[in-house]
Amino acid sequence: METLLQQIVNGLVVGSVYALIALGYTMVYGILGLINFAHGDVLMVGALVALEAIRLLQIHAPELGLVPTLLAGLSISVVVCMLLGYTIERTAYRRLRNAPRLAPLITAIGVSFLLQTIAMIIWGRNYHSFPELISTAPLEAVPGVFITPVQIAILMVSAVLMVALVLLVNKTRLGRAMRATAENHKVASLMGVDTNKIIAATFVIGSALAAVAGVMFSANYGTAHYAMGFLPGLKAFTAAVLGGIGNLGGAMLGGLVLGLVESIGAGYIADMSFGFLNSSYQDIFAFIILGIVLIFRPTGLLGERVADRA
Amino acid sequence: MKYSLVALAVLGLGASAVQAQEVVKLGAVAPLTGTQSHLGKDIENGVRLALEEYNAKGVTLGGKKVKFEVMAEDDAADPKTATTVAQRFVDAGVKGVIGHLNSGASIPASRIYNEGGIPQVSPASTNPKLTQQGFKATFRTIANDVQQGLGIGKYAATSLGKKVAVIDDRTAYGQGLADEVDKAVKASGGTVVTREFTSDKATDFLAILTRIKAKNPDVIVYSGMDAQGGPMLKQIKQLGINAKFITGDGGCTGEIIKLAGEAIGPNAYCTQPGLPLDKMPGGKDFNTRFKKRFNADVQIYAPYAYDAASAIVEAMKAANSSDPAKYAAHLGKVNFPGVIGTVAFDARGDIKDGAVTVYQFKAGKWEPVQ
Repeated sequence: METLLQQIVNGLVVGSVYALIALGYTMVYGILGLINFAHGDVLMVGALVALEAIRLLQIHAPELGLVPTLLAGLSISVVVCMLLGYTIERTAYRRLRNAPRLAPLITAIGVSFLLQTIAMIIWGRNYHSFPELISTAPLEAVPGVFITPVQIAILMVSAVLMVALVLLVNKTRLGRAMRATAENHKVASLMGVDTNKIIAATFVIGSALAAVAGVMFSANYGTAHYAMGFLPGLKAFTAAVLGGIGNLGGAMLGGLVLGLVESIGAGYIADMSFGFLNSSYQDIFAFIILGIVLIFRPTGLLGERVADRA
Repeated sequence: MKYSLVALAVLGLGASAVQAQEVVKLGAVAPLTGTQSHLGKDIENGVRLALEEYNAKGVTLGGKKVKFEVMAEDDAADPKTATTVAQRFVDAGVKGVIGHLNSGASIPASRIYNEGGIPQVSPASTNPKLTQQGFKATFRTIANDVQQGLGIGKYAATSLGKKVAVIDDRTAYGQGLADEVDKAVKASGGTVVTREFTSDKATDFLAILTRIKAKNPDVIVYSGMDAQGGPMLKQIKQLGINAKFITGDGGCTGEIIKLAGEAIGPNAYCTQPGLPLDKMPGGKDFNTRFKKRFNADVQIYAPYAYDAASAIVEAMKAANSSDPAKYAAHLGKVNFPGVIGTVAFDARGDIKDGAVTVYQFKAGKWEPVQ
């Protein structure tokens, strides 16, 4: 029983990071119909910039406490990533907005390589250890079930950010403009919405979320590396498709479901298949679930409700 | 008229001087991008240092002074890319190849080198299959996993505890080593309570570790690389698992200590084929030269790559030719003092006397146990 509970905790933590990254994919897709494959690499830049900022702060302002240092590093990396997101949109995607769909897709892959290579030149090929600013010492929540303060922080931060994003999209002027742009660029711009600005804002918000996810990811696993964005990016993209790409609620649900399926899959696939399959099939397990969902609901768990895309 | 004769003579001299300086290209290949690129660069640097030192000393083959050049390529730790790179080496006419890092890359590439008639010396691929394919010019300067797996399994089951959980990263290296560990644990009277699997790109192991925790093992054996080992140690602590931890050469680095942070303790062990760097006959001196040249620390494989490159050059010297068809036969017969110890190969192409050293984590670093 405690094993199952522990697997659920593991799954929720991983899942909420996936969900946060998936939001970035889904927002951009909702508005532009573009799958921004460079999103995972923005996450990597976020983690490495935060690491660099924290290192500098620890040298030049050691009197700052642990949590303020982390928050300062996080804020710097969020700002850098927002600028990065804006720059990517402005230079790589805006010119291709009316090009055939394949062109921006290939460009996105190119941007991904570019970011990785630049990061490799700046930070080198070595793994960097991410300073432990929030404790990773385990707390025993229920006998036999452990959770660390970092994991608790991840769960809380993701929940807060997700609620904030939903409020932003549904309750503010910017959100209304985003929804309008998602529905129809041309009509939205005829109604006085500056669609260029709205699309840029979408990239900026998505990149900020990626930066937060990157910092959480690195704080949790204690590592940062220039190629770290690939796997979480891929998983989050899967989560976005699972939940219904273009749909905010779907990205969150998809992330959590994927996290849970992976962790329970890895934990129980051997028992469920009577020892025939083992944990090397954990990713396959997740993709089987994805396949089944897409067969019965081609638009993902929560579908692509057009009016709600943003 | 006189002057033009002198000029001609000078030109002639110049031309013959250029001709006398023959360029010999050797390939160095390892992952230079991706999650293992720090180890790949280590290999490339090892080769570079060896060839630069030979160039500085001056090597004459068949009466001509030769200059060695490195052709460095990236195989991205990927078997498919490895075969493409291997073909590129063959087409470029390199005289020998030092690489690859990963067994999964070395094994498919070795077939192409064999067909192209190019000797290959791997400084890092430990999967036994590499030298069991019957290729005449496939060598390695590192002990293979039969030796290492035996070392890990025996040490785990006899000194650390009877109940052993084995995790591998599903690469040719990880899987091959884990299979040998599995056999050795059983042969030493231990039991393998569970075998779990991850990938060489993963960072989250909580799910498989939770499963392992339920089996309550005395020892967890991890057969994979340092980039995964560090976070894995953290997560072992995170889940409150008290088992001991032992990993092979892929995890026996300074990097894993850095990455694991406070989660690494005297419960952590690792093994390394060969001797520790400071116990290697040429280790200390090598370390200084390496640091001076590249301003970087030796990760693991640089000394093995250095000796692999040296073995090729020594064989060329013995054959008095850089022609692979002529010097390949001499590779199997080399016997010279390298950085790692005496470099000599057995009939298969494995390094002779491949020692395995067990290390324990003590006071901030890996200390040899035996």
